[in-house]
Amino acid sequence: MITKDYIIRAPEGIHARPAAALVKLTRQFKATIHLQKGEKKVLLNSLLNLLSVGAKGGDTITLFIEGEDESVAADMLDRFFNDLKE
Amino acid sequence: MTMMNIVNQLQGIGVSPGIAIGRARVIRQQEAGMTGVALTDEAAVRREMAQFHDAVGRSTEELTELMAKAETAVAEILEVQVELLHDPMWEGEVLTAIGEDKKNAGDAVLEVTRALVKTFGDMEDEYLRARAADIADIGKRVMRHLRSEERTREGAADIPEGYERGGPWRSRPNEVLSGSVVPGRDRDGAMNAVDGADTILVATDLSPSDLIALDISRVIGFATRAGGKTSHASIVARLRGIAAVAGCGEGLDAIADGDMLVLDGATGILLVSPAPEVVEQYIERRKEQLATTRFLQSLKSKEAITMDGTAVHLSANIGSIEDMEQALEYGAQGVGLLRTELLFMQSNSLPTEEEQFIFYKNILVRAAGRPVTIRTLDIGGDKALPYLPLPKEDNPFLGYRAIRISLDQKDLFLTQLKAILRASVFGECRILLPMIGSVQELRQAKTLIAEAKEVLTKQLLPYDADIRTGIMIEVPSAAIMADQLAKEADFFSIGTNDLCQYTLAVDRMNEKIKALYDPFHPAVLRLIRSVIEQGYLHHIPVEMCGELAGDPQATLLLLGMGLRDFSMNAPSIPVVKNIILQTNMTVARAVCHQEMNKIV
Repeated sequence: MITKDYIIRAPEGIHARPAAALVKLTRQFKATIHLQKGEKKVLLNSLLNLLSVGAKGGDTITLFIEGEDESVAADMLDRFFNDLKE
Repeated sequence: MTMMNIVNQLQGIGVSPGIAIGRARVIRQQEAGMTGVALTDEAAVRREMAQFHDAVGRSTEELTELMAKAETAVAEILEVQVELLHDPMWEGEVLTAIGEDKKNAGDAVLEVTRALVKTFGDMEDEYLRARAADIADIGKRVMRHLRSEERTREGAADIPEGYERGGPWRSRPNEVLSGSVVPGRDRDGAMNAVDGADTILVATDLSPSDLIALDISRVIGFATRAGGKTSHASIVARLRGIAAVAGCGEGLDAIADGDMLVLDGATGILLVSPAPEVVEQYIERRKEQLATTRFLQSLKSKEAITMDGTAVHLSANIGSIEDMEQALEYGAQGVGLLRTELLFMQSNSLPTEEEQFIFYKNILVRAAGRPVTIRTLDIGGDKALPYLPLPKEDNPFLGYRAIRISLDQKDLFLTQLKAILRASVFGECRILLPMIGSVQELRQAKTLIAEAKEVLTKQLLPYDADIRTGIMIEVPSAAIMADQLAKEADFFSIGTNDLCQYTLAVDRMNEKIKALYDPFHPAVLRLIRSVIEQGYLHHIPVEMCGELAGDPQATLLLLGMGLRDFSMNAPSIPVVKNIILQTNMTVARAVCHQEMNKIV
């Protein structure tokens, strides 16, 4: 299992298109991916799950990636979160 | 034989102007409720699950079809809805409610949707709160398919095997979700074409999917029980030039299909079964309105020249590509003010250089060689951007705003300047700087423009190297120092709204003192005249893009002062043009002399 922390740098958090894109990206992998913010931990295959976390700019979130393609998934997600600034 | 003739007048909010006279077509709202029917065996559970999947499938097909027909903005809403329909969380919870809680599919969908609508509706974030409406909308859609399935079972007197009555078997109206629009009595929810010409739609409210689904090509008016200027139905009405009244209230419920209606979208009046004389009056009024519209239309291609030969340039103030289309319709000779705030306000994040470039380019291309003046970002504490939080200020109008932000947050400004410069090769483009108060500020801005040009040169990107840079004259200090500024700016554009409120120390949003807000105050007029004079002395154009420019009562006065470039909201152009065509400069100067010297 790979665990990684990210600070959301986009001021409005993970909204609209980025959220849909993140869910779509997640679904490409066999690995099970969870996202945690504070007490709340959700499975990242659902837009509703992701939105209900309400991650805002400046929040820290943690990803839990587990499965046979977890390292590829982690790399791709890493790129996603680094691009999520504007 | 006597006939009861109930004359009824409803007062709503006029949301789209025009007079419509026609027959009512009442749009019924179906409201779904829990049935309380429980499942008692596995076969029933499997059947309900299959029905749920089937309803989701059919809802998806419907949405996909609607998307193809929809305008871009609406299609995006529907796209999110398709994504939500297939969301594993929502699907999972519905299946759990059926499989474990033994609820029938309809009740399961209602329960899950209701909870989600509540969760999202309570959220702090505006974007997330707005998702509650989408969730409610998909709930409604799926319910419609489920209930149409259920009705085929309603015929049977007894509860089918595998089900147990836990409440009323039939749907109870007026509970949870407000249902989808079903024209007339067609309960299957097929979105039928609204037949017959001169139809006025009467409904509680119309949701985006309803509006696309209904064929409204023969509809001449909308009357809704709820809603206001910004509700979806109102926006669509204005977009298509259909008269509309919103917020009519409960009185609307008494209207039946086929009732004669008169609707005035300007005043918000809706008459139900009016007397024939009244209808006649409105037919006359409609004729007059059409004649006026036609007359103003006939001025479209006429040049604005006074009777003694003074030519005036009339441009439009715009904020979007739609405004640009409208400007051309009203015969604008260019764009005197392109407000870039709207692009920024409508985005969820800072628009990138590329996004801005495309926006500016499209407007320049559409302007087809007519001059377009692009004003750089004009925001402040009172109109902040959600993704660019600004500290709350005691005096936002005297605070961190407009050019002050641009000169402070250089990256933000450079990105915008680069986008404008790159677009400048697609037409006649000029840069306008808001809220300049001193020569120093203008110089700093020009240094940054030069820097943006240098970057583009290095990137081998083309731009108009001779692009002209002008300033808004809206701060009294700039108006007073116009002689110095005129030496370094390529043109002036007078913003009367801010100039007036800064000069008179009157906040026009303050209800108690708004009577003191008077752009015709001689103090304001003298500042304006001196700015125009400085422009003549230094051979730079002086334009006006504030509200005064589009005020027909100010046209002669401003002409008399020497103003030759007016920029206003497009619908005012023919009105102002009509005044110019019928006057001469002797009259204009006399009006000016009188106004400038009045005692207040």
